[in-house]
Amino acid sequence: MNEIERHYRYQGDPLHEGEVPSDIRTEELTLNMGPQHPSTHGVLRVLLQTDGELVLKATPYVGYLHRCAEKMAEQVTYRQFTLYTDRLDYLAAMNNNLGFALAAEKLGAIEVPARAQYLRVIFAELNRIASHLVATGCYGLDMGAFTPFVYCFREREYVLDLFEAACGARLTYSYITIGGVREDLPEGWIGRCREFLDYLEPKITEYNNLLSYNHIFINRTARVGVCPPDLALAYGLTGPCLRGSGVPWDLRKAMPYCRYDEFDFEVPVGRGEQGTVGDSWDRYFVRLLEMIQSVRIIRQALDKLADGPVQAKVPRLVKLPAGEIYYEVENPRGQLGFHLVSEGGTSPYRLKIRGPSFCNLSILPAVARNCLLADIAALLGSLDIVMGEVDR
Amino acid sequence: MLVLERPKVEYRGWSLTIVRLATKWGPWALALLLRFAWVIFFAVLVVLTAFVWIVGRFINPLLPWFLRDIVVVVGLLAFACIVAIIGIWAERKVSARIQSRLGPMRSGAWHGWAQSLADGLKFVQKEDLIPHSADQPLFRLAPYVTLVPAFCAYLAIPFGASWVFRDSDVGLLFVLALLAIEVLGVIMAGWASNSKWSLYGAMRAACQLVSYEIPMGLSLLVGVAAVGSLSLIDLGRAQERGWFSWLIFQDPFLFVAFFTYYIASLASCKRSPFDLPEGESELVAGFHTEYSGFRFVMFFFAEYVAMFAVSALATIIFLGGWNAPVAGWSSPWWFVIKSAFLVWVQMWFRWTLPRIRIDQVMHACVKYLLPLTLLLFLGGSAWQLYDNPAHPAFTVFANIVRAVLGLIGLGLVGLYVFGAGYGYYYRQRLVGSMVRKHLPGA
Repeated sequence: MNEIERHYRYQGDPLHEGEVPSDIRTEELTLNMGPQHPSTHGVLRVLLQTDGELVLKATPYVGYLHRCAEKMAEQVTYRQFTLYTDRLDYLAAMNNNLGFALAAEKLGAIEVPARAQYLRVIFAELNRIASHLVATGCYGLDMGAFTPFVYCFREREYVLDLFEAACGARLTYSYITIGGVREDLPEGWIGRCREFLDYLEPKITEYNNLLSYNHIFINRTARVGVCPPDLALAYGLTGPCLRGSGVPWDLRKAMPYCRYDEFDFEVPVGRGEQGTVGDSWDRYFVRLLEMIQSVRIIRQALDKLADGPVQAKVPRLVKLPAGEIYYEVENPRGQLGFHLVSEGGTSPYRLKIRGPSFCNLSILPAVARNCLLADIAALLGSLDIVMGEVDR
Repeated sequence: MLVLERPKVEYRGWSLTIVRLATKWGPWALALLLRFAWVIFFAVLVVLTAFVWIVGRFINPLLPWFLRDIVVVVGLLAFACIVAIIGIWAERKVSARIQSRLGPMRSGAWHGWAQSLADGLKFVQKEDLIPHSADQPLFRLAPYVTLVPAFCAYLAIPFGASWVFRDSDVGLLFVLALLAIEVLGVIMAGWASNSKWSLYGAMRAACQLVSYEIPMGLSLLVGVAAVGSLSLIDLGRAQERGWFSWLIFQDPFLFVAFFTYYIASLASCKRSPFDLPEGESELVAGFHTEYSGFRFVMFFFAEYVAMFAVSALATIIFLGGWNAPVAGWSSPWWFVIKSAFLVWVQMWFRWTLPRIRIDQVMHACVKYLLPLTLLLFLGGSAWQLYDNPAHPAFTVFANIVRAVLGLIGLGLVGLYVFGAGYGYYYRQRLVGSMVRKHLPGA
């Protein structure tokens, strides 16, 4: 036995000690799902205790994508950290930018001009659409349907084109900064955006026909991975996962920021249309419904958009007064919270980030009990985690 | 520190001589061979003809038939290879069109036709990798056990009334038996890989493939009961009188049996929505997770060869085989076209449907498909009991039913043509205004 083998020798798993009954006859198979696995959406490792196809217990192990984002915040200035927020939930960088900018502005009492407010709403909602498109497509892929995945990415491409036209980047935008947005819209952008919205709406019907109401898809996802409302609340689920469980909680309605109270939109919740409330199908379908609501919000915001500055007068080197703030925004995956502690300098004393994916993932061991192996993929896909945000 | 050392290959004795000669004269020999390839080809042809004539005339009159058999078998192998190569390319192009992509476009001049050849070349060049903890002999054997029976099935499949290598009284049974061996190779691969994911794939394959063999065979038996022969040639000959004489339209039980057979054949080929044994999002790659290079190609080939084989069975037993919709126009091309259409439908399914869960697969088989096919077999047999001159009243009724079924079939074909035409004509409107012009969906 060499050094490496000695190091990795099995020494008993303290997490599972005493849980297996002593009179059990057959041996359970411990299956390592991940960190490299097609349906763990990144480098998540789930340890499965399986009995044939039956999964008795699933334990997620995270940390494979840890990049010390919170510690790095203490070393860089406020403006510089905006770039790091892009990398948290890389599918919804605009919303991350927005959350951090709002937290800093609240602490520094910075007033943001009206045009910038509406632009923020437009870009945050566009990114919500893009993120939900990825979630929908990848969920189809998890269920074995490849084509919806490609369709969703085709549509997402137009959102990325819009972002590229506005800020030059396609994934890490850093567009929404402290005090407003980085630059104004280019010429003809609003027309292109409206064209995209007109294009997207029939496509959502197409997804419903192709995937949502597919009999096989319903059989795979309805009554699978059920998170009842009380369990979802107990585990701190937010976003579409919580609304999928039938809890109508949306920060854009409950605690409006960025003038969300001016818009007319609904909060879709899971109603157990195909199975029970809070199953995987509900969580999936809530995302599709939210895309329609996002289209509504963007249309209203485009109408309200008036000329004006897009940046408040904020010095290049932002200095925030000493104090402490916790601010949450509604991200595509749930509530992204920034706990910002300032001692009056140019960089935070401490920044704690509440990643919605991390909290959503925490429900996995509670729900993934005594289900089939394929249901783990159905559950993980419907939770829609982004490992960049889980591990930060 | 752990150092992984690659064992040095040492050539000794004969192998040393061969390697030396090959490295020294190999390129020259290859160049000469290519330069005078046509001379060599014709020389071999002349020599073979002379040899066959001499053998048949002076030594043993049966021996030329043996040589003919060898030529036909090689031809069948080539056909199966071409089916697999075209199938793999077509699958990529079909999926691309369905997903409004272009698919392979570079290899070869026209629409990337040489993509599968290039892929095959790449796979052949890859390192021959066997996991350290794998069961070596089984790991090596498994791809052959999967591929060879699928190839062998072609020996009994008739392409035309006289286009068959060996017509057997039990040709259907022979083909089914060979196709059923495939599961052995899959289990072997999953077990020998010594990987948990592979084992899961193998166990899924075992229960799925073995279960679906039964409804598959029972559905075919409905056709066999209608004709009264297990010989594939006889089954084809029974459908010579045009569209309305095809077995699928002979009675309602056969009509349903075609669809149950098709569903069961999807499962037995591990095609979507029954692709659980290699379900990517659950089992990484299922039973062939640990396979790479040429061994993986063999599994891949076996899948496409078997796809065409089950479609060929459906064509012969239900869709008139090599017979044209109009009597008297029969040709092997009809057989190939019909089988290729069924293969295309399999691809269409794969790129449209999600995957079924394993318990649903078994439920679908044991609770629905198996009783249904049993009923169909019973019903089909009862129908044969009354559909004869002894019951003139029933024969009239049966003829009406046949006409109706034939018209339904015509309607289905018309619906397909109309749908495809509509989709093609209005593709711009269906895809939407924003899709870029150069994409196939535009």
